Amino acid sequence: MSVPLLQLDHVTIRFGGLTAVSEVDLMIGGHELVGLIGPNGAGKTTAFNLITGVYQPVSGAVTLDGQPTKKLKPHQLARRGVARTFQNIRLFASMTVFDNVRTAVQLHRPHGIRNALWRGRGFRDGEAGVEKQVRELLGIFSLEKHRGAAAKSLPYGDQRRLEIVRALATRPKLLLLDEPAAGMNATEKAELTKTIRFVKDKFQISVLLVEHDMKLVMDICERIAVLDHGVKIAEGSPDEVRRNPKVIDAYLGN
Amino acid sequence: MISGAKRFLLAAILVAAAVSYFSAQFNRYYLGLAIDVGINIILAVSLNLINGHTGLFSLGHAGFMAVGAYSAASFTLAFSKSVPPAMMPLVFVAALVLGGLAAALAGLAVGVPTLRLRGDYLAIVTLGFGEIIRVILQNMECVGAASGLKGIPEYTNLFWAFALAAVTVFVITCLVNSTYGRGFIAVQDDEVAASAMGVNPTRYKVTAFVIGSFFAGIAGGLYAHHKQFLSPTGFDFMKSIDIVVMVILGGMGRTAGVIIAAILLTLLPEFLRGFADYRMIIYSLLIIVLMIMRPQGLFSFGKK
Repeated sequence: MSVPLLQLDHVTIRFGGLTAVSEVDLMIGGHELVGLIGPNGAGKTTAFNLITGVYQPVSGAVTLDGQPTKKLKPHQLARRGVARTFQNIRLFASMTVFDNVRTAVQLHRPHGIRNALWRGRGFRDGEAGVEKQVRELLGIFSLEKHRGAAAKSLPYGDQRRLEIVRALATRPKLLLLDEPAAGMNATEKAELTKTIRFVKDKFQISVLLVEHDMKLVMDICERIAVLDHGVKIAEGSPDEVRRNPKVIDAYLGN
Repeated sequence: MISGAKRFLLAAILVAAAVSYFSAQFNRYYLGLAIDVGINIILAVSLNLINGHTGLFSLGHAGFMAVGAYSAASFTLAFSKSVPPAMMPLVFVAALVLGGLAAALAGLAVGVPTLRLRGDYLAIVTLGFGEIIRVILQNMECVGAASGLKGIPEYTNLFWAFALAAVTVFVITCLVNSTYGRGFIAVQDDEVAASAMGVNPTRYKVTAFVIGSFFAGIAGGLYAHHKQFLSPTGFDFMKSIDIVVMVILGGMGRTAGVIIAAILLTLLPEFLRGFADYRMIIYSLLIIVLMIMRPQGLFSFGKK
């Protein structure tokens, strides 16, 4: 079997006396849509932070494309193809929609200080290329008409979408979505379901989804892992997970 | 083809040269004031990169200015006897660059260990740095210690002050208004999100700090060769605060606003001289009123 895109191998992290994530194994292959669910405080967001380099595990290892990600900082992991959105939207509030995406695009179009100051041909070509990419991305997600608007002035659903667009602008191999449906109404959720499927197919990437809305998760995920108190208690297809007595216990209490 | 920004820079330098050509006919007092304005524009616009665009709170800008001023002045003083007078303008330019580089180096030395601190903590560290510089200068016999450094030749004129102010505005505006430069603002808006998008926050912060310090050093060099006398007390905490006030009053991250604020706050105390003792009270009250009426900055309209 080929090397998995992302592998968590017995990953553990503790905060003081609390073991937030304990001995978790998780594997994500290429072009896969995996769900990560669990009751509040189960360690889902902590798992995200371990994958994106915000935290370092105390034991166990995270590997990306077969390479260990130990000691890599979030911006270095972004460079290697891990992008994310945040549970509480974290757009660049003072910037326009366009500039939010532009900031993320620069990862793959490096032209640094020298070019910005000299303003020669290289600079203009670089900036034109960036603009083209941003326009394309905004166009795909029909945000083009808002390009000049302040990011924080967008409707809630559009802000969520813009966060996904911004993450995609880094050209990830793996997209982590942290509760993208939180606070959305039914119409917005249906729209989001379509968007996630579309993103996965159009950009040929893997998606790891943390979400509380069971209908949405069961609907689109090919595989689901369940965390409870930092421990992985189940993994399998949506149907298997739905019927698993341990999962039912974790959610309903016993 | 020359890009718009470069054309602006050339035009500004030409205007500075043209005006400077007639400066012999100006009243010496106003001429000196105009040079002060140029120097303060450099200080305020460079601090704006650090405090305004990148969102770091530095209270040590006067410290970097002092590093530049003393290095540049020592350099010209060392050469003034051995170099023929015709060559002195070259020495002056070299001194300015040296002052800038010395300040940038100081910025790097202070920035690398401290820029992981946020907000108030960074403010206190930079404040401490500024005071350390001042106390060191106060005790360095070779630069006159507490009695100050005297006899610096007067090379700064209207041309240098405004041409270099134009260069500062050009460099910082070009830097920020590029895809690369969005990184500074991203770091200010949300460091966590910025790093998740591949922006290296530490690198951007250190870059802002070093470039800001460089220009503070240049301003220091101009100041030294304008006043012809340096005293450590001229670079105390209050000087740093003056520059911070220019940035806040002009609107954090708004270059045009910061320039206008720098002009206003340089001239205002001078025009208030007629009120003698009440001068600083009126000045302070004006700032308080302005901040209550326009907390976002006097000259900030619409988007950055």
